[in-house]
Amino acid sequence: MESGLTILGRRGVKFVTKLGGIFLMLGRFLVALKELPRSLGLVFEQLYTLGVKSLPLIIIISIFVGAVAAWQAAYQFKFIGAPLRYLGQAVGKAVVIELAPVLSAIVFAGRVGAGVTAELGSMRVTEQIDALESMGINPIRYLVMPRVLACLFMVPLLVVFAIFIAILGGLVVSVIGVDVSSETFLNGFRNSFQVGDFINGMIKAAVFGLIIGIVGCYEGFHTRGGAQGVGLATTNSVVISSVLILVFNFIFALILFRI
Amino acid sequence: MSDALIGIEGISKRFQTLEVLRGVDLDVNKGESIVVIGQSGCGKSVLLKHLVRLLEPDEGAVFFDGVDISSLTGRRLIEMRRRYGMLFQSAALFDSLTVAENVGLGLTEERLHSEAEIERIVDEKLQMVGLSDVRDKNPSELSGGMRKRVGLARAIAGSPEVLLYDEPTTGLDPITADMINDMIVDLHRKLNVTSIAVTHDMTSAFKIADRIVMLYDGQVEFDGSPDEIRNSSNEVVRQFITGSAVGPIQVR
Ligand SMILES: Nc1ncnc2c1ncn2[C@@H]1O[C@H](COP(=O)(O)OP(=O)(O)OP(=O)(O)O)[C@@H](O)[C@H]1O
Ligand SMILES: [Mg+2]
Repeated sequence: MESGLTILGRRGVKFVTKLGGIFLMLGRFLVALKELPRSLGLVFEQLYTLGVKSLPLIIIISIFVGAVAAWQAAYQFKFIGAPLRYLGQAVGKAVVIELAPVLSAIVFAGRVGAGVTAELGSMRVTEQIDALESMGINPIRYLVMPRVLACLFMVPLLVVFAIFIAILGGLVVSVIGVDVSSETFLNGFRNSFQVGDFINGMIKAAVFGLIIGIVGCYEGFHTRGGAQGVGLATTNSVVISSVLILVFNFIFALILFRI
Repeated sequence: MSDALIGIEGISKRFQTLEVLRGVDLDVNKGESIVVIGQSGCGKSVLLKHLVRLLEPDEGAVFFDGVDISSLTGRRLIEMRRRYGMLFQSAALFDSLTVAENVGLGLTEERLHSEAEIERIVDEKLQMVGLSDVRDKNPSELSGGMRKRVGLARAIAGSPEVLLYDEPTTGLDPITADMINDMIVDLHRKLNVTSIAVTHDMTSAFKIADRIVMLYDGQVEFDGSPDEIRNSSNEVVRQFITGSAVGPIQVR
């Protein structure tokens, strides 16, 4: 029989190993960047596939995120007796600095991060990554770098879309459900909009994209044991990226948005 | 250390508790054609993977051209690997690329040839393995034997100095298998390619080998010419080449 402490110890070692592996993958990605020019074609290919894959879902989700943000804000305003002309400001701030970056990133992790892990994982278990290496092709440059870069650029781009659509969703709910005119809502949004917030939101989005790409590739590369292993790696990829996104989001809040 | 092209010196490899290789020694001279035989699961594929450092030994070392390959990094590792061509047991074709792209990938990435030249080489190699008509298909549309042959075309595309074939003829009909054997013999005789082939097919082994090496129990049990192995009195060897279930080798 093993004691709980042994199990805890082993879990701890596994966790630290994984975190180390993820950092190592980040390092190898950075090193591979010096060969970026010759891999630009691969990068564009990935930008296209990964971006297109997630855009429809981001659009649908953003509509409802904006809508519920407006509704819940109005509900709270009523409770504290705040005037509804501030609705546009509240929704705008929440969407730009929190809702759009975080939710887009989580959706992206579930769709694209999982896809990257499944693809690389099945390449690993079918020896395709070994085959690349045996041919003298660096799989980090050929497979990892284009995918990570695509994630890094795509998440911020999708967040811009998400912001527009979520504001639109909030506007519709305000006009129809809360009885705030569209001018009032948009004026509020415009007054509260700060370029600094937007840039911070983009920085967050880029870091989330990096996390999704690196974790997705790390899990794919370390897949073992057939189809079951690929499934397990895919789940791990989504869970680890999502947790890291939320942890980093909190750290960003402390650094970027000082009270 | 001798002046062999490839020197395998006392390599051992364990996977968790499973001891696969237990001190394998083998020298391969330039221009030799070696066939490695042995029971399923005895570590033949594992041995081949050590040669291009897809696996690293727990003990011992692999030398290529006099250099311990574990000391190679970056460009030098890539250059070493480009001197090899490897056919994987599972073919390991890239399923996101077409057959032609699979065969040409190494050349495309090497960036030493023009696109037209690569096209020409790809067509030539596909013709050598009898697959000119599938160049634009995806690997998933091919039969197992066809995939093997595409893998073979890919392995020889870069005109490597050393070829590693992991079961080149398994899954092929006898006629195609013989064509592949002829091709291997040709590459070896005409271009003086050094080759190491793993096979269970004794007909093929006798046809292509200058030297046959048998792995047994994680070590080299036999190392000699085809004639020597035919006349060997070693029980293990006899049982294997006659294909008998009774004898010292136990089916695990
Ligand atoms: N990456 C790995 N991780 C764990 N065990 C492995 C790994 N690769 C091979 N093995 C084990 O090593 C042993 C030898 O495998 P190997 O593939 O070399 O056999 P083989 O001689 O090529 O057999 P076959 O003729 O069936 O292809 C097997 O027991 C296999 O389970
Ligand atoms: Mg094998």
